[in-house]
Order: sequence, then C-alpha cells, then structure tokens
Amino acid sequence: MSDPLLLKVSNVGKRFPGVVALDNVSLSVTRGEVHALLGENGAGKSTLLKILAGAQYQDSGTIEFDGKPLGHELPHERQQLGIVTVYQEFTVIPNLSVAENIFIGREPRRGTFLSWPTMLREAKKVAEKLDLRVEPLTPVYALSVAEQQMVEIARALTMNAKLIILDEPTAALSDREVQKLHQIVRDLKAQGISIIYVTHRLGEVKQICDRFTVLRDGKYAGEAEVANTNIDQIVRMMVGRNVEFMPGEHHEGAEVIARLDGITRLKRLPGSQAVPLRGMSLEIRKGEILGLAGLVGAGRTELVRALFGADLFERGKIYFEGHEVTMNSPNEAIKLGMALVPEDRKQQGLFLRHSIRLNMTLPSLAKLLVGRFFIDRRKENALIDNFRKALRIRMAHQEIVVGTLSGGNQQKVILARCMALKPKVLIVDEPTRGIDIGAKAEVHQLLRELARNGTAVVVVSSELPEVISLCDRIITVKEGRITGEMPALEATEEKLMKLMVLAPGEQHVHVEATRSPT
Amino acid sequence: MAQTTTPTDKVVESEKKQTFEWIAFLQKFGVFLFLILLIIFFATQNPRFLSIRNLFNILTDVSIYGIMGVGMTLVILTAGVDLSVGAILALCAMCGAAAIKGTGATRSETPDPHKFGGFSWLIALLICVALGTLAGFIQGKVSTKFRIPPFIVTLGGMTVWRGATLLIGAGSPISGFDDGYNWWGSGSLLGVPVPVVVFLFAAVVGYIALRYTPYGRHVYAAGGNPEAARLNGLRVDRILTSVYAIMGLLAGLAGFIQSARLSSAEATAGLGFELTVIASVVIGGTSLMGGIGGIAGTVVGTLLIGVLLNGLVIMNVNPYYQQIIIGGIIVLAVGFDTYAKSHRGRQ
Repeated sequence: MSDPLLLKVSNVGKRFPGVVALDNVSLSVTRGEVHALLGENGAGKSTLLKILAGAQYQDSGTIEFDGKPLGHELPHERQQLGIVTVYQEFTVIPNLSVAENIFIGREPRRGTFLSWPTMLREAKKVAEKLDLRVEPLTPVYALSVAEQQMVEIARALTMNAKLIILDEPTAALSDREVQKLHQIVRDLKAQGISIIYVTHRLGEVKQICDRFTVLRDGKYAGEAEVANTNIDQIVRMMVGRNVEFMPGEHHEGAEVIARLDGITRLKRLPGSQAVPLRGMSLEIRKGEILGLAGLVGAGRTELVRALFGADLFERGKIYFEGHEVTMNSPNEAIKLGMALVPEDRKQQGLFLRHSIRLNMTLPSLAKLLVGRFFIDRRKENALIDNFRKALRIRMAHQEIVVGTLSGGNQQKVILARCMALKPKVLIVDEPTRGIDIGAKAEVHQLLRELARNGTAVVVVSSELPEVISLCDRIITVKEGRITGEMPALEATEEKLMKLMVLAPGEQHVHVEATRSPT
Repeated sequence: MAQTTTPTDKVVESEKKQTFEWIAFLQKFGVFLFLILLIIFFATQNPRFLSIRNLFNILTDVSIYGIMGVGMTLVILTAGVDLSVGAILALCAMCGAAAIKGTGATRSETPDPHKFGGFSWLIALLICVALGTLAGFIQGKVSTKFRIPPFIVTLGGMTVWRGATLLIGAGSPISGFDDGYNWWGSGSLLGVPVPVVVFLFAAVVGYIALRYTPYGRHVYAAGGNPEAARLNGLRVDRILTSVYAIMGLLAGLAGFIQSARLSSAEATAGLGFELTVIASVVIGGTSLMGGIGGIAGTVVGTLLIGVLLNGLVIMNVNPYYQQIIIGGIIVLAVGFDTYAKSHRGRQ
C-alpha cells in the first residue's frame, strides 16, 4: 500500500483502420477511490475499457497496475491480476444458477468433481455481502435485471478484484435499485477496492464519485475532484460547449384519444417475468405527454405493452377514439394509429444486423409502393432522407448496418420509424436510456414537437428528472396498480417517489411520517 | 435544439461503413471467386470441361437443387430449415404421375399422348405444385401454431411424405410419359434446356421478391429479429407459414421436372436432396441464424456444387473420393465465410 496509485494509464493511443479511437489518453485511479469515467458516446470510453480488460491492446502508451507495467495479458489473466469489468450487457448465463454463474470457469473442486457445498457456501457468503437475497441455486433468468447485475458484481468480488470497472451500471435500474447499488459501491470503497464508474447520469457522479476523468472525441479532456466541480462544468467538459436543456413547457392535453379501463392480467406470461396488472385505468389525451413513473417491475412496461397489443390481458377494456377495441396484436394497434418505441432497443427495437433502410421503413412499406407489389426506392429514399435531416441522424447513407450506429442515433432511427407511421398515440418506453446528453436533449425536443402537433405521447421512464421536465401529466405505478396522478408542474421527485414506493392504502397515512427522513 | 455534431462523428461512421463494405464484398464474392478458380482449375485439367455442352450439363444437373434452393433460401432466412423437401419432391411427382397414368391394377403401361387432350403434363404439373404447397403449408402451420421447431416438424414430415409416396406408388415406380411431359425434362427452349430455364426463372422471381417487395423485407425482418418484427406489426407466424408453403411449391415443381427428366416417378426420388440444397444455400452465404443472405449467393452455391460434381467426374476421380472432397469443400467454404465475419468482429 506504499503507492497510493493503483492504476496509471499514460498517453495511451489506439487506432483502428482510418480512425483514431484513443489519442494520448491518461487516467489515474488511486486505491479505494470511486473514479467516474465520463464522455459522450463515441468519446472512447468503451475502447479504453476494452484495453483495460485485455480484450484489445493499446498501440502506444503504457498502463501500470499495482506498481507493475501491464503487457499483453489475456482477459482472464487481467482478472487474476485484479481488474474485473462488469459490462453493461451482462455476461451471466441465464439457465445456470446464481452460484454457478458466480464461479463460472473457477469452480471450486474436490479432485475431479465440482464441490457443490463449497460453491453454495461461498456464493451465499458473497450474496449476503451484497444484500442479494436469492437462493444460490436459483437460475439467473428468474432474477431481475438489478439482481443479475449483483451476480456479476459478486463474481468480481470472489475474484479478489482490486479494481472493479462498472460500465453504465445504473442504465437499466430503477431509482431504488440505484440507491442500493450506490450503497454497495460505497461498501466496496470502504474495503479498499477501487471503482471505475462509467455513467451518463451526472447526478450519480456527484453522489458517489470522488474524482472524474472526461474523454472527448478520443482525447483526454480533463480530470478533477468531484467536490470542487458542479454539474454544468462537467457537462461543458464533456461536450466542449454549453448545452441548453429546454425548460419544461407544459401543456394540458385536449380530448381523450384512448382510455384504458381496468386492465387486468394476473396469470404469468409464458417465458417472461412480466408483472401482473391489477385493474389499471387511465386516459390518454391528444397533444399531451403523459409520463408513467414507477420502479422497475412496477408494471409500467407491461401496461403499455398491453395497450399496444404486444401482450394479451385477461380483463379490462381499451377504448380508442371513443370506440371499444380488441387489441390482440401490435398489427392491430398500428392499424389503429399507435406506435411503440420499445424498452429494449437492441432486443425488441432494432434489426441490428440490417440496414438503416430496413429498420426505418419496415412498418410503412405499404405506403411506399409502386404498382401493387414493388417498393418504390425513390419514395423510400426520400422518406429516409427527410427523417435523417429532421432528426439529425448521423449516418453516411441508408445501407449502413444499424448496429454500428451510436445509441442515440439508433434511438432516432426507431423514432423515425414510428413517426413515419404518423401515429395518433406514440408510446415511448425509456426514451433516452443509454444515450448521451446531446442526443437526449434532441429526443426530448422531438417528443415535445410531436405533442405540439397533436400526437398523444406516452412516456415510460425510470429517470424522475426526465419525467418531470418532459411530461405534462404524470401517473405513478406500483405493483401493477396506479397509485397517483398529478400535473408535472406540481410534481417533485419526492412526491413521485412516495407514490412509487408506498402501497395505495398506505400513502395517506404515511406521507407525513416519512417526510422528515427523506 | 442542442448541437452535437463533431467532426469525428462523421469520420468514425463513414470509416465503419468502408470497413464493413470491404468485408461484405469478400463475403459476398468470396464464394464466387472460389467458383471461378474451380472452373479455371477444371478447365486446365480437361478442355472439354468448358464446352457449351458440358456447361449446360452442369446447369441441368443442378437445376433440381437450384429450384429448391430458392425456397430453402427463404426458409433459412427466417432461421428455419426444411428437411422434408426431398420427400415432398417424391410425393408430388408420384401423385402427378398417378393422376395421369393410374395406380396399381388400373395403371396404363404405355403413355397415351391424347389423354387429357394432350395436356396430361399440365394436370401433373398442377397437382405437383398444389400438393407441394399444401404439404409445406401444413408443416409451416404446425410449426407456428404449436411452437414446434421446424427442424422437428420437417424431420417428421420427411418420413410421413416418403411413406405416403410408397403407399401411392405401391412400391413400384410409374414410368413412361408422353412427349409433352418429357419435354419439361429433356426439351429445350431457345437452345437452353428446360430445367435450366425453370431454375433461372425461379431464381429471378425469388431474387426480385426478396429485394424489391415488402414481402421480401418481411422475410428478412422475421428472420433477423422476430420480436422486433412482431412489434412492428408484422404477422410473423403468417410469414413463416408462407415461407414453408413456397418451399413446398418449389419442391413440387422440382419433383415434376425431375420425373420428366427421368420419364419416371419413383418413391426413392430426391433421397438426401435436402442436404445438398441446404449446403448450397449455406455455401452461398445465407446465415443459418437467419436474416442474412440472398438468392444470388444460393445460385453461386448451387453452381459450385454442380461444378465440383461434374469436374471430379470429368477428372475420373474415384467416386468415393468425390464424396470426401465435396464434404471438405462445403466445410471450407462456410469456414471461410465465418472467418471473414469474425475478422470484422476482431477489428
């Protein structure tokens, strides 16, 4: 412990054919600190993380870890040295148990055979440390996203990690789960473990990080103590200019376009962890942005999926433009005039290996025909070009594979696809998850414009500040029930949080009591 | 609106594009280059190889595989597979032949060119096509309705259709058709053998449908990401069912052409064809994971198999060795494809 520096990255450069991904980047992490690594998408964070993990090697510059220079160790050798990365896309194996996942590749043995007792005991021990309340034999697919992440962190802990790299760990978590993760990060820090924390949420940086380093366009853009910096300064370092967030201008919706009445589904959906819906009713109005706030697992996504016909429900009615409608498939919903930007961009939204062309025009091909059978390429190109300009999608041309775009541009492709349908109701589940600040502001602006032109926009978001600044009206959801509703002008994070965590019967009694601790 | 364009954004994405297209070029034309090299090799070994007559021979030999390859491309694009095509081919040919010549005791031994007003071939053709479509449709429906993997459904289908063929043919082939029927197998149109014309026609229609119609896009989408396709309003089950129906139609058509070539419908016709057809599609670069590939690749893959078969025969290679060589080449071609892709990943 003589040297306070644990990791010292000096003047590292990395080129790919024709692109400089990292140019003279430096980063130093001291023992027991939480160090934020910040930057917009494409700033070079991922490349740096890959180099640290041993998945790629730098072309120039040096990396010292724990007093020794690093060479070309393989990823598992780096892990043995004590550098463990928890990726944004988890590497857990769904059909194996929690214990097996924690010890995968390093299973405790007795002779030739697995030692299950040791494995279970150790798994239990580390799970307790992380406040992960699941049986070690539970298969990982049965866990929530937050719990799966804990399994990843547990794996890192059993490797005796000295440096844990968390790549956007809170992107998929609800606020409460985020608080829990923050506590764990603090605990790890107290044990002397260093953390590199990659995030797009600057509020978190203020809350748990000690220092931060900013990358911009593959270059080192600066580092500082968190305590001496405010968020505006960090943003300026990240984007190299001032970003203006549109102040929330709030409108009241006009006539009701869709109404949900007592939507109920108590049975489990096959092969999914969908939360039951217990009689949810709400109205959606033209020209407003309606926000659905709730913790992950509250039933927000399930509700909008039911509205869109993506999942069936048992009881309840949906009225669209005054008429009762059956909603058996997304096909019917789209025909009625709805569109959905799904929660999981990569799994549910995009055709990752396909072109922007296929991704953007798929549901509206029927409007782009020449004759009866053929796609009119000229009309199609014109449509893509219009949206490319209107949404400022950065792409060289329409044949580019969508998977190679940045998160923000991918999200814009999906938005363009939905807008091309000219929907009356646009449902957006997590509009800005995993996209950078600049693109976030653009997406918000876009949704406001749509609402101004009369579209009813329904937003599901786990980020309360987003819900409050973007939406006109907010409905809170908890455990498949609607627990409250208020105009965004009256909403505060505290008020919403209370409605999101308290059972419907409890809220009146306990609001007073819980005020002081929060 | 916030401004986020930076000069490097553009550089990065256009660079990505260039790298990708270069690899895509290799992936697309790698097998094609391989085919050219193979042709050059065989031509140097035996000058007869490049004669027009021999080239037409090659094309005629692979036309049956090629016709079915068009359908199999659609099936594999949806991340499915159809193992029953050889059996459907035999069943359709047998039923078509039985309809015009009778079965069992009522079977006529000599062809009667005046039966059905000289249009007995048309009766057989329609039966082949209709029956093939129906068989494929049933398999598609069973697979989507009951969520049974197409591998299993068509594996079962393979046995069921083959058994039905044996039943109808009562164990013996139906042979000897009139000239109108035989023309479809051994005649020619403007100097080109009819089976080749049918193959090229099917390939062109398939190519255009996949590239220039909404249906084609839907097939790629349903194979690329079925859940995303559903959320975009596509009726994925219908698309999948239709793909197996089209496969069945083409297998029926291939059965008709095959029986016309041999002037005989046999219960053992098309035995093992499914593997050759799947191989030619996969050699042509269509991914077994679905979503990626196309008809042009399948045509090249089919020709590659044809050239190999023919070239090895012309070189008088021992038939046992031929099988070993062909198997090796298949693995090599697909291995090359995978290598090109993983190389992109490592960049």
